[in-house]
Amino acid sequence: MQIKVENLQYVYSQGTAYEKQALRDINFEIGGGEFIGIIGHTGSGKSTLIQHLNGLIKATSGKILVDGEDIYKDGYNFKNLRNKVGLVFQYPEHQLFEETVLKDVCFGPKNQGLTEEEALERAKAALALTGLAEEFYEASPFELSGGQKRRAAIAGVLAMEPEVLILDEPTAGLDPAGRDDILEQIAHLQRERQITVILVSHSMEDIAKYAQRLIVMNRGKLLFDDTPKKVFTHYRELEEIGLSAPQVTYIMHDLQERGFGVSAEATTVSEAAAEIIKALEKTHDS
Amino acid sequence: MIRDITIGQYYPARSILHRLDPRVKLVCTFLYLISLFLFKSIPGYVVATIFLVSIIKLSKVPFSYIMKGLRPILMLLMITVIFNLFLTREGDVLFSKWIFTVTAGGLRNAVYMAVRLIYLILGSSLMTFTTTPNELTDGIEKLFKPLQKIKLPVHEMAMIMSIALRFIPILLEETDKIMKAQIARGADLESGNIIQKAKAMVPVLVPLFISAFRRASDLAMAMEARCYHGGEGRTKMKPLRYKKRDYLAYGVMIFYVTAVFFIGRYVPFKIWIF
Repeated sequence: MQIKVENLQYVYSQGTAYEKQALRDINFEIGGGEFIGIIGHTGSGKSTLIQHLNGLIKATSGKILVDGEDIYKDGYNFKNLRNKVGLVFQYPEHQLFEETVLKDVCFGPKNQGLTEEEALERAKAALALTGLAEEFYEASPFELSGGQKRRAAIAGVLAMEPEVLILDEPTAGLDPAGRDDILEQIAHLQRERQITVILVSHSMEDIAKYAQRLIVMNRGKLLFDDTPKKVFTHYRELEEIGLSAPQVTYIMHDLQERGFGVSAEATTVSEAAAEIIKALEKTHDS
Repeated sequence: MIRDITIGQYYPARSILHRLDPRVKLVCTFLYLISLFLFKSIPGYVVATIFLVSIIKLSKVPFSYIMKGLRPILMLLMITVIFNLFLTREGDVLFSKWIFTVTAGGLRNAVYMAVRLIYLILGSSLMTFTTTPNELTDGIEKLFKPLQKIKLPVHEMAMIMSIALRFIPILLEETDKIMKAQIARGADLESGNIIQKAKAMVPVLVPLFISAFRRASDLAMAMEARCYHGGEGRTKMKPLRYKKRDYLAYGVMIFYVTAVFFIGRYVPFKIWIF
């Protein structure tokens, strides 16, 4: 599934005192099976941007082409688009409403027109993916803990089996173990089903670990769109807009500056470790 | 979609109306609402219109923005007009077919009622547009202070009101977010008949109520953590004090009410039945 965004502009509350340009001239293209990270400061337009991708917000100007088809042309089937592009909002646990977890997860698949059994099957598969224990399936979603609720809510979108899965800070407010767990499952899902995942995050470490491509937003503009490694070489510019590179990037740059023979390209802890060991072995050998 | 509801919201701008003491605005709004029912003639409406338009101009709130506030009461407006139009029986019959009869009195009532309602909403929404919720409650608290003598919990009531007002935009935003989240999950909130639509709202209303309760309990906790214990012995950082412009505003208001009362009653001017 191809999504092409052309000259996208969006203005909030146009014509009032609250008018604010949220997106300025955004251009990018998404192919199939990518893992894309979107990063940016609070208010940089990340959330606004991703809501355009499944037609929840209509752009003030510009175009979005999904598989070559303009989604703003008359009579476009948004329901169909939303079946293909799943969006997990920030704090998705706030949208749970059913009596049981299982019923809540079935909501999406049922809206897609699946039968009761098919929906149940999808729901169970999705819940298993998010790692929520089976004993909670029949529990009320409001009795679960914060992390469990989050998993149930994410499962609600996964059960729709979207081709493009967009997650808006899915791990905000979770403990580190829960965070790694959820991201690991999503990365696994992405590889296995070859779907596209778009992950909005504040954590450079998470992005460096999972994303193959990184989009950096600043004040409604698209600043960088490249592989995380390349983007992180601009770490001074990232700092200027209130962001930073992963911590290991700084360590590697420091080491390099002090004459230690490492390349500063590493962005994850394991890469950095491997790089340092290699450098140590080299100095040891000589 | 839901962001378009503007009634009851503050509109930041720098105008004389924004700077007025909230008590002035409260009392004047009250007087204005009463004044709308003091007359029933074209000259009266002309004076009221001139007054309303000049106040709106003074407030620097865009006219189109104020008009948006009328949208929620459109239904009420239509019902009022229809009832007045067909159920009033006085004066000449202007039109009659099957069970529908329109009399001169009915038409007059319908038009007057509609204009009054619109002016009522425009005038009172202008107050909330130019006054922050905090100022508003301060004003109410001070105005009703004397009632404390008869053991009315004035401060608490004012606090409840200010919290309620503060929550309107928050809950609107929350509704917007939940609606979007459910639409993203394939919920259809727009098509179908009334019963289907009502049913489709369940996935929005349940999370909304839960979030309202959660926010309320969080707020209560935060207030207690800061040792809030009601109004006793509480002082203000910026106590309300009348300034020259406030007395001037009272003067203008008294002038307007007197003018609209006498012109509305005693200036004979009629067009057709109005």
